Amino acid sequence: MKTAETRPAEVDEATDRMWTSRLRRLWLAKLPPDKLLPDRQPAYVASWIYVFGVLSIAAFLVILATGLVLAFAGPAWYHSSSAGHLTNSLHFWGTQLFLMFMVIHLWGKFWMAAWRGRRALTWVTGVIAFVASIGTAFTGYLAQSNFDSQWISFEAKDGLNTVGVGAFFNVTNYGQMLLIHACLMPLVVGFLVVWHVLLVRRRGIVPPLEAFSNDVPDVVKPTEDARS
Amino acid sequence: MSRRTPTRADVATQEWTGPSRHYDIVKEGVIALVVVSLLTVGLAILFGSPDEPSLTFKGWATSAPDNFYATTVAELAGTSESAGYGPPYNSAADGLAVGPLNPQQWFGVTHAVDPPNDFVITPLRAQQAPPSAGAALKLWDTATSEQQTTWATNYDTAITAAEGDLTHVADGQYGPVPALALALTDMASAGSLDGILMAQGNFYQTDYTKQILFMGDGSYLDDAATAAHLQGNTWGMMNETGSYPGQAWLWLYSVWYQIPQTNSDGTWLTDHADPGIFYVMMILTLLLLLVPFIPGVRSIPKWIPIHRLIWRDYYRGQRTS
Repeated sequence: MKTAETRPAEVDEATDRMWTSRLRRLWLAKLPPDKLLPDRQPAYVASWIYVFGVLSIAAFLVILATGLVLAFAGPAWYHSSSAGHLTNSLHFWGTQLFLMFMVIHLWGKFWMAAWRGRRALTWVTGVIAFVASIGTAFTGYLAQSNFDSQWISFEAKDGLNTVGVGAFFNVTNYGQMLLIHACLMPLVVGFLVVWHVLLVRRRGIVPPLEAFSNDVPDVVKPTEDARS
Repeated sequence: MSRRTPTRADVATQEWTGPSRHYDIVKEGVIALVVVSLLTVGLAILFGSPDEPSLTFKGWATSAPDNFYATTVAELAGTSESAGYGPPYNSAADGLAVGPLNPQQWFGVTHAVDPPNDFVITPLRAQQAPPSAGAALKLWDTATSEQQTTWATNYDTAITAAEGDLTHVADGQYGPVPALALALTDMASAGSLDGILMAQGNFYQTDYTKQILFMGDGSYLDDAATAAHLQGNTWGMMNETGSYPGQAWLWLYSVWYQIPQTNSDGTWLTDHADPGIFYVMMILTLLLLLVPFIPGVRSIPKWIPIHRLIWRDYYRGQRTS
């Protein structure tokens, strides 16, 4: 027991070695508050295309909220209740908007070559989030417990069985599809979206292609670059 | 030692220190949430959502009794699609191989389905059978499996020869098979088969593998899907019932099923369309994921200057500066 005799310097050193302090320092170094929640953006961030990222997140929140109501009410509720059908319709249109916004966002980022400047991981997490969202929607269609679900599961099983996936992802198992849709996939997509957004905040918004150096004092203009 | 000369690429790498402007991302997020919520409510109220009731065995047996009857015989004879499917349901076939790859076999039978017993005999045993069905079941149980197969196959062949018209099936040695098929058709028509297939001896049940396979062996499910424009060759993968957008994001997956090479009966490409298209889509998805690392592909945005529209204010500012 050395607590009573511990000197301030030793206390600081001990604090510095703590995993918690290290994590805090790392977090603040990589993503300080003014980067996480900035009140200014580069002047070039002035296009409607930038809106589709935040619209995707907004639609995702609508899906989560309506999905939560559907989960509490049970999977058969929406077949027999007008309130349930409306909630299902909100969930349905939220999904349609979410995927539409994501596709526009993805195309926008492609034409901006938004992976430049050590932003490749941001692109990769975005694409994985998009693919995971398609998987989430797919399991949602299978969990509708109506004719669409019957037909989709009957058709989809063949493609998945022929590549071996059907052995552990059985689309005709309603319970498995419902659990994956409602419990696993929201966590997966949510995690990827948060990761993606944190990467965007950390790296900043990618500047225009062929951005000239007069915008950034440390970088030489292309003409000066050629002369040097 | 010369100082490294910064390049254009460094502009993207470095912290932006050029012109900036106020940008309230929290306010933007709240406005986006309100707008999307209102848009969703409006679309939901205006258009609702698709919810076509599920098909039932009762519906099948009452609207297409001959097809249900013939399918029951095919299940007993082992000639249905389910009976000859292979992994993961049974070992009746090897599965579809593409070249040396046959992943359908890798994990073996993981969801065992025994069509004659699961779809016909066990459900018939589960109810208080009429005397004719009781006697047929007793005769079936006392016969050897070879005898059972012979009866069922003979009858299945005769029905096929009569093109499904049960009034023109030739007489033959069919044993108890006609009585069993009739009993199951009656059972389904009365609505009790739906419950018995669902329960499968348990109180709780959430796995519909057997019901989906059985229903898919007949023409009832397929006809309903055709009527709803849900077949694969009519963009069924991305369509859904009614006039709703469906899974439009599967358009590229769906495209491959529209080309004649994956749509013609008896061709190798059509037979292997499912695994082939799956692999193609996996490769395309991987390419999309790796766009930043693929020379040429990652330069497309530079060659096609759509970015000039996105950042038109910035480029306009450059010209005037």
